[in-house]
Amino acid sequence: MTEADVRLAPDEPVYYYQDDRDAKCPYAPPPGLRALNDEAPISRGRIWDGSTPWLVTGHAAQRAILSDPRVSSDDKQAGFPYPNQAMAENAPHHPLTIFNADGADHTRIRRMMTRPFTRPRMEALRPEIQRFTDELIDKMLAGPKPVNLTTALSLPLPSLMICALLGVPYEDHEFFQKHARVATTSEKTAEDDRAAGEALGGYLANLLQVKMETPADDVLSDFAARIKAGDLTLPEATLLSMILLIAGHETSATMITLGTGLLLDNPEQLRLLRETDDPKIVANAVDEILRYLTVATFGQRRIAREDFAFEGADIKAGDGIIVPLPAGNWDPVAFPDPERLDLTRKATHHHAFGWGIHQCLGQQLARIELQVVYGTLYRRIPTLRLAVDRDELKFRPADALAFGVSELPVTW
Amino acid sequence: MKVVVDEDKCVAAGQCVSAAMDVFDQRDEDGIVVLLNENPPPELADDVRNAAAVCPALAIRIEE
Ligand code: SF4
Repeated sequence: MTEADVRLAPDEPVYYYQDDRDAKCPYAPPPGLRALNDEAPISRGRIWDGSTPWLVTGHAAQRAILSDPRVSSDDKQAGFPYPNQAMAENAPHHPLTIFNADGADHTRIRRMMTRPFTRPRMEALRPEIQRFTDELIDKMLAGPKPVNLTTALSLPLPSLMICALLGVPYEDHEFFQKHARVATTSEKTAEDDRAAGEALGGYLANLLQVKMETPADDVLSDFAARIKAGDLTLPEATLLSMILLIAGHETSATMITLGTGLLLDNPEQLRLLRETDDPKIVANAVDEILRYLTVATFGQRRIAREDFAFEGADIKAGDGIIVPLPAGNWDPVAFPDPERLDLTRKATHHHAFGWGIHQCLGQQLARIELQVVYGTLYRRIPTLRLAVDRDELKFRPADALAFGVSELPVTW
Repeated sequence: MKVVVDEDKCVAAGQCVSAAMDVFDQRDEDGIVVLLNENPPPELADDVRNAAAVCPALAIRIEE
């Protein structure tokens, strides 16, 4: 039992964080999580290890806490609210990365990784993303139906793009998709987690050594040049590469699959995408779908450095803090009628990519991938529909690091 | 309207460029924000205010 638990009144009801979504409404955040925010922007929740970190559910409160220098991302401090046991066990071995560094350390590491992901560079890649998307749809149309959208389009597109950016041969995609998946599930042992990390790490370290000899125009060659210049060690570069490779896979794929499920459930909204070729309308729609689904269900996690009062709560040094992003994205103050999917809504202030200095590095790549897919798929296949009843879809449990379904059988 | 950016805070999220491409750019080497016009014309004022609002690092300040 942690000190934080002692301060709870014995009969005080505590929300069990990451209860499942409502089966009738699987695209919405868990109703219990939303209800918390009707009471207060901050409350306590119980997590898998029995501890009771703070849950910051309000949109404005999320921004405030994620910009507050009194909270830290350092996952080695006792009381840090880990997403699952495997991650808790491995945390003491975690090196400093963009995820767990604060302040100047974070800036130093982040700046080494940002170059390939700027908005102008991503914009320049749009034609290539369009070409990959069209080719995958051609292949889908030429093959048998029904087809699983995840394997036909959702996973191959981000996978092709991140491989091209990093300079990783796409032929090896089955190998790293398998290991990347371990990183985003909760049903794993600390050993599985380490083994997957070692397999991927070994592979990438090898590739970095190749790029030191024969550089190309890609991110791994960039890192290789920094190793040669003495700015990075091989293990550090391996880790940065691994983060980019893993992060580039599951989340965009999940957004393509779930976004399609959601749109097929909202035919009048889908019509808007099918009938427009205005890139601004498509871009706006993408941000609304990001808001609505918020696939990073685990939320951003922090620990308090000192005692401070926040929104009526007394936060103590060492208290864990979870910022459940889906709750902020369904806060009616920031998004009136949050349960209404409205592709014309101004939603760019959503937290689907997090908030603060740790906000997703790959967000501009994700946005453009989604703009191209949502802007192309339903126009090219106007009769696209689910090939099974929606009740048959198997959604991942709420404690998975990214929400999703592994199969979305579609036909046309 | 006068725009001030804090390069030290910027984490290269690119949100400002998405919101107001005529006023913000990103440095090619590391993605740090580049201010193209520190006195944007009134017709861009809404976009610029939005850029400041969506910057996750609070690196953009506007003096009206
Ligand atoms: S939105 Fe903010 S953090 Fe992102 S590039 Fe612009 S100034 Fe930098």
